[in-house]
Amino acid sequence: MAEFEPKIVAFVCNWCTYAGADLTGTSRIKYAHNVRMIRLPCTGRIDFMLLLKAFARGADGVIVSGCHPGDCHYTAGNYHARRRWILFRQLLDFLGFDIRRLHFAWVSAAEGAKWAETVNSVVEEVRRLGPFQNYQQLARAGIE
Amino acid sequence: MKLGYFPGCSLQGSASEFDESLQAIAPALGLELIEIPDWNCCGASAAHNLNRLLALALPARTLALAERTGLAEVLVPCSACYSRLILTRHELDQDEGLRRQVSEIIGMEYQGTARVLNILEVMGQIFQDGLKGKITKPFEHPVACYYGCLLVRPPKVVQFDRPEDPRTMDELMKKIGAKPIDWAFKVECCGAGFSISRTDLVAKLSSKILADAQRRGAEAIIVTCPMCHANLDMRQEKAEKWAGRKYSMPVLYLTQAIGLALGLPEKKLALHQHLVPVSFPVKAKPAAKAKAETAPPPAGQSEE
Amino acid sequence: MSRIGVFLCHCGENIAGTVDPGKVVEAANRIPGVVHSVDYKYMCSDPGQNLIREAMRDKRLTGVVVAACSPRMHEPTFRRVCAESGLNPFLCEMANVREHCSWVHEKSELTTAKAIDLVRIMVEKAKRNRPLFPIKVPVTKTALVLGGGIAGIQASLDIANAGYKVLLVERDPSIGGHMAQLSETFPTLDCSQCILTPRMVEVAQHPNITLHTYSELESVDGFIGNFKVKIRKKARGIDEKLCTGCGVCAQKCPLKKIPSEFNAAMGMRTAIYTPFPQAVPNKPVIDKKRCTYYLKGKCKACEKACPAEAIRFDQPDEIIEVETGAIVCTTGFEVLSTEFFPEYGYGKPKDIITGLQFERLASASGPTLGAIRRPSDGKEPETVVFIACAGSRDPAKGIEYCSKICCMYTAKHAMLYKHKVHQGNAYVFYMDIRAGGKMYEEFVRRAIEEDGVKYIRGRVSRVYEQDGKLIVKGADTLLGAQPVEIEADLVVLATAMVANSGAEELAKKIHVSYDSYHFLAEAHPKLRPVETNTAGIFLAGACQAPRDIPETVAQASAAASKVAALFSADELSREPVIAVVHRTAPPIFSICEGCFMCEQACPFQAIEREEIKTRDGKLIKVVAKVNPGVCQGCGTCVALCRAKAIDLQGFTNEQVYAEVMAV
Repeated sequence: MAEFEPKIVAFVCNWCTYAGADLTGTSRIKYAHNVRMIRLPCTGRIDFMLLLKAFARGADGVIVSGCHPGDCHYTAGNYHARRRWILFRQLLDFLGFDIRRLHFAWVSAAEGAKWAETVNSVVEEVRRLGPFQNYQQLARAGIE
Repeated sequence: MKLGYFPGCSLQGSASEFDESLQAIAPALGLELIEIPDWNCCGASAAHNLNRLLALALPARTLALAERTGLAEVLVPCSACYSRLILTRHELDQDEGLRRQVSEIIGMEYQGTARVLNILEVMGQIFQDGLKGKITKPFEHPVACYYGCLLVRPPKVVQFDRPEDPRTMDELMKKIGAKPIDWAFKVECCGAGFSISRTDLVAKLSSKILADAQRRGAEAIIVTCPMCHANLDMRQEKAEKWAGRKYSMPVLYLTQAIGLALGLPEKKLALHQHLVPVSFPVKAKPAAKAKAETAPPPAGQSEE
Repeated sequence: MSRIGVFLCHCGENIAGTVDPGKVVEAANRIPGVVHSVDYKYMCSDPGQNLIREAMRDKRLTGVVVAACSPRMHEPTFRRVCAESGLNPFLCEMANVREHCSWVHEKSELTTAKAIDLVRIMVEKAKRNRPLFPIKVPVTKTALVLGGGIAGIQASLDIANAGYKVLLVERDPSIGGHMAQLSETFPTLDCSQCILTPRMVEVAQHPNITLHTYSELESVDGFIGNFKVKIRKKARGIDEKLCTGCGVCAQKCPLKKIPSEFNAAMGMRTAIYTPFPQAVPNKPVIDKKRCTYYLKGKCKACEKACPAEAIRFDQPDEIIEVETGAIVCTTGFEVLSTEFFPEYGYGKPKDIITGLQFERLASASGPTLGAIRRPSDGKEPETVVFIACAGSRDPAKGIEYCSKICCMYTAKHAMLYKHKVHQGNAYVFYMDIRAGGKMYEEFVRRAIEEDGVKYIRGRVSRVYEQDGKLIVKGADTLLGAQPVEIEADLVVLATAMVANSGAEELAKKIHVSYDSYHFLAEAHPKLRPVETNTAGIFLAGACQAPRDIPETVAQASAAASKVAALFSADELSREPVIAVVHRTAPPIFSICEGCFMCEQACPFQAIEREEIKTRDGKLIKVVAKVNPGVCQGCGTCVALCRAKAIDLQGFTNEQVYAEVMAV
């Protein structure tokens, strides 16, 4: 039985985490395959319905990562993201969603190693949790 | 005012004058002292030089006993005991694992609820409510208030007064009629525990303290620490030998000075137990005294 | 219908080594909408770029996806190729299969599969790209310079000489800043005022520069090229047009014992005063907080004495409104006072002074006319101890950085002292000697070898007064931490250089970020030192970090060149990745509901309100409108909008959803 490979979607900000991931690449630090990054100008751009869409689409885990508080290229975008995150997470938890599949991180453009660590630890955790089937089956049932 | 009381080893031994004078003034000041039952040695410098856990466990046990006895606040007159107890409280406050470990060692639960107070804080509280009518013989002498090294340091832990130029003792002495001088050795080291092993060092360091106090016209040095007292009083002769001059500087505990101001007899305040006789010059015109910088620190000075 | 071309780069072995190019090309071909899919060894090279050009022409591509390195690397390169071939550059995307794939995974099927995924995501985005065109914003060719020290003076002169107008605002009564207070400058020992005052005069006389002294910034609105600025011109109490600068008023003023700010409290001034004889403008100011007339309604000696009848006690503050295209912040620094040091007496001993105060003593136009004298009794000191790193490099004091100039000026002070008092003893307690500039190391050597200044490596734990002397207790670490005790007559502390007072409020007014020390933040510490993250606002000098005069002047000229570049065109071209509010035909006009959450959330105040009216002026609705000149394209408003009426061009909702669906 092949080991379950979780599918992770990461929403990252262009100025910090995307650049940090670039640094991971330049430093040739290896990390898990499972993540697919969606580049956005700022984590403030992230409509949190997108996260649900990702799960509906087949993601087993989602990462949102941006600049450290105070360092946002657009000064305040990541604060908005953080506020949304706090509410959204509580809401999802209340609705019975497994919030261990949702991760929020601050990875700066200089933190190549941290990005690799973040991805690896999320992949491991979601691998332990197993495939995220329930929601996907429901969502698909709705479509079909 | 009701407080827990931790005399510590020295107040029961070599510094009994401190304890006696404190007990003597307590009733007059409305202070009730409840000695912590079965208290143990705080460990002083011996424990923290040898073993960290021992250095934490000893004071923790005393504090745990205080908590058990229902004492929310504990007066610790000896500066060394005060330092050990408050440092222990600070360290255990921040580390839950350590707290559990120490509780296991002492066989009691340490909760960290008992507050540790030094003699200046307590006297300050009492004096704030006024000493009306209680001061019958104002202590009208120029004095050098010597805080020693442990009362105001480390500043982040103790958070008491200004670490380089403290003022609480000076204010207290003013309230009993004294004239505290502005001098440079308020918190300089007296030689501390080297009193026995390196008496020569104590002689040198203490002589500097005594010399500065004398130079600026003090007629007495006021202390709150048995170690300071030992080095400045008991070792004054050695200091005089090292410096090649006479100081004849009486060294009083704060409680003794307060006692005198309250009109209590000398014998009751154990002044006779000092090595340097406690006597003051006859009140003549301030003639050929060396630069008597008697100006107390100005109010409103920027705080640290 | 989309016609996307996919171009996979091998990047030598960097991508091809771990990703199977053939499989990626084949998979890309099968994505609906892709009509062309090739690979090549080096896409960014000329032949590689030609491949794209040819494909665009032959296959009539409507969009291009280059699967290669990070867009942060080569997006401009490939966008340029597209633009040159007639395709809107914003229809070109890059899939990052190098930094995010080939470089971080081993060679395996999973790696190739990931590369294919990444390509598909970008293809879906590219299919929904719309052409975007750079935004043109008009530029007002006037610069506002905040702060009239050497940085502000240099920047003003450079911008003015480039042919543009400058408004120089200074909050003190005269320009000149701290450089005017110095006696000599290192390493040449040039007289500071001699080299500065000609520039000050040039500023005052330059036809392109308008000088507002004793003035402060009240508010800033607007955006790059179009700032609307309000300046508060504080009331001097003098009619500047009538005042001749004769100085009789100060002579007659009965209050003569006010500590002079210019003399760093080493000397006194009157209530009506000109800060120093070479002040520009050379007009006095009335200190309202001390003047007897303002406090008690009496005196008026100056008014009676003034031959030009220029005194105006009732003069109000004036608010001036100006439009500027760029702002240069050159507000400078301050030094810590001796009160900051408990171990040196909490500022009480009069003979413990700061380096700046020593400058005033040494200055030929200072309160002692250049003679080094103890502030307590006016005697010449025979032993002077200089303490370097007073406050700097000290985490316990909360200042971890190095103030950069103190090693040099301490050496200078010690030298000046020895030049004036030949038989005197000068000691310097130091931690390290930082003398990295041109001729700097030689200068310090001179102090030690020629002028006999004694350098002791160690810190000073205490200084206290005794019998009119200062006892300095330090350590000599080169002798194994030997305690050193020196009886000094004067102690000079090289106190830390800190951000100027009011730096935080100013930074907030101009929307520039600052660090925990209140130094203003540059856009990039290495490559963009004079720009800020706010477009159109530049900075120079010590307001950004401790620095010496040559660097400050260099930065000021750099900032001026940025301003000149900005003003060189009549219009400013901006990246079109901005938000846009939905607009459509009447009667709907827009699905924007007018809740204006976007307005509140925008970190750049880029959202305005637009009134939609009928032909006869009746208001129909008020909707949000994005100012294309200010919007930075962060997208915070887009995520917030309940009606989804606002969208971010280049990262539209449609596009991002499509990317997620493609995962």
